[in-house]
Amino acid sequence: MSAVAPTVRLPRLDVTGRLAFHRVLLSEWTKLRSVRSTKWSLFAGFLLTIAFPVIFSFVTRSHWSSMSAGERAGRHPLDIALAGVNVAQLAVAVLGVLLITAEYSTGSIRSTFTAVPKRLPVLWAKLIDYAVVVLVLIVPAVLASFFLSQTILHSIPQLHMSFTQPGVARAVLGGAVYVMLVGIFALAIGAIVRNTAGGIATFAAIFFVLPPLMFTLPTSWNNAISQYLPSNAGRQLFALQHASHTLTTLSGGLVFGGYCAAAIVIAAVLLVRRDV
Amino acid sequence: MIEARDLTKDYGEKRAVDGLSFTVQPGVVTGFLGPNGSGKSTTMRLILGLDAPTNGDVTVNGRHYREHHAPLHEVGALLEARSVHTGRSAYNHLLGLAQTHGIPRARVNDMIDLVGLHEVARKRSGQFSLGMGQRLGIAQALLGDPKTVMLDEPVNGLDPEGIHWVRNLLKGLAADGRTVFVSSHLMSEMALTADHLIVIGRGKLIADTSVDDFVARASQKVVVVRSPEIERLRNSLAGPGISFEPAERGAVEVHGLTAEQIGDVAAADGIALHELTPQQASLEEAFMNLTRDEIEFGAEMEEAVA
Repeated sequence: MSAVAPTVRLPRLDVTGRLAFHRVLLSEWTKLRSVRSTKWSLFAGFLLTIAFPVIFSFVTRSHWSSMSAGERAGRHPLDIALAGVNVAQLAVAVLGVLLITAEYSTGSIRSTFTAVPKRLPVLWAKLIDYAVVVLVLIVPAVLASFFLSQTILHSIPQLHMSFTQPGVARAVLGGAVYVMLVGIFALAIGAIVRNTAGGIATFAAIFFVLPPLMFTLPTSWNNAISQYLPSNAGRQLFALQHASHTLTTLSGGLVFGGYCAAAIVIAAVLLVRRDV
Repeated sequence: MIEARDLTKDYGEKRAVDGLSFTVQPGVVTGFLGPNGSGKSTTMRLILGLDAPTNGDVTVNGRHYREHHAPLHEVGALLEARSVHTGRSAYNHLLGLAQTHGIPRARVNDMIDLVGLHEVARKRSGQFSLGMGQRLGIAQALLGDPKTVMLDEPVNGLDPEGIHWVRNLLKGLAADGRTVFVSSHLMSEMALTADHLIVIGRGKLIADTSVDDFVARASQKVVVVRSPEIERLRNSLAGPGISFEPAERGAVEVHGLTAEQIGDVAAADGIALHELTPQQASLEEAFMNLTRDEIEFGAEMEEAVA
């Protein structure tokens, strides 16, 4: 017989802290930064947001002399500067969905909810952390896009635009706010659907399928309804001009914000009620 | 201390846990035993509040798990399936959990060292073997120095050295005065580790007893008897609850009587005995005897459904 094996003793923990919201915020930040694919996707989104306007600016400058008057009129410096927002919204939406659905697909949600059994602080912390990260990346990105594109388009007076011109700063920063809200909306959808493919498909349906589908309606109906779709309402945040059948910056922003709030409320109710 | 009262959980039509009432006491290792699919993992999820019970109630250290101000200091749990993001390292996984309670980084490193994952702690956990995943789960369970430790099939995928280590760990945790609740579908493993047993089958409580009592109760009274006057002996022994089965080389297996009782009857009637051997049921047999009905019932149900 072998000697009696020594019992394994667990070292005691001197400090015992309580669960607190600021700690959950820190925990979710650690989780956000510690998955390599998340970091790279955010970085790629940041670069593309700047790269697209730069490319469009160079293309516009090199073709400007051969463009017709109509073509030239169709070029708007703000559209060029914010071309990257369309790319960024897709990257930010996919990541927003993944931030919560990956927890379900890998099972880490069980660990998360064992540490934070009231669950809701996890949702709030994810939303806040992600919104801040997206803003911190996208604000410099749209500012860089604007000034870089204006520098490249320097030789074309028709495309000059000053940041201090009425509405310009609001539109540029509005583009950043729009991308942030897209991230929040997508995260809430992910929390509702709890499945990566389903979450991304739901987001794509709402943002990319529903708007063109509206064109099958009579024009008067389309004009009346389309402005209230999340994507169209949200886009007013970075539109310089508003048509009669689009919402204003404020009302568009509020409508899109309302959609985000509604999605968050549904996500929160389901998060507390459903089994994990 | 874990207290379950009339705990019941339905998933659609299927009743996974059926009116379970039990108490898990601190200071001893309590084995939670049952065949696969008998509701052990579901019960553990109910204890942690991951699933809500259809009926009944369960508390840990006097409160619903959800109501504790520092849950990780109350219960440390290793759950059945992987509960780690595959793209995250073991270190960052533990750090993220530790930060929710303000547990210092040093503790994270201590737990990684304790379970022997130091070499791979910074690698993506998706590359971990089953055994490494189990070690990470144990490190996670011990992170908050919890009063109650709950482990679902902790020795799954561990090598013999690891299994030995877990046994000693569980005994140490109980010696500290903690509540230790460990599930297994292997009776032999529980016999080596546990002091007390809670046995379930088909979601129902079958036994709540010490390991020794369980084995004694579950072992059927079986004695192999050989005698030149076997027919006469059978007539003398016959009674309610007593049966006979032919055994090897003309012997007879007597069910329902002890060797002492048979010997006394034979002596009183003047019958010669050539063999009188009590058969001790093994632990695995004892466990299977207790749960056989539940399993057969389950198989019939599944056939009926299919």
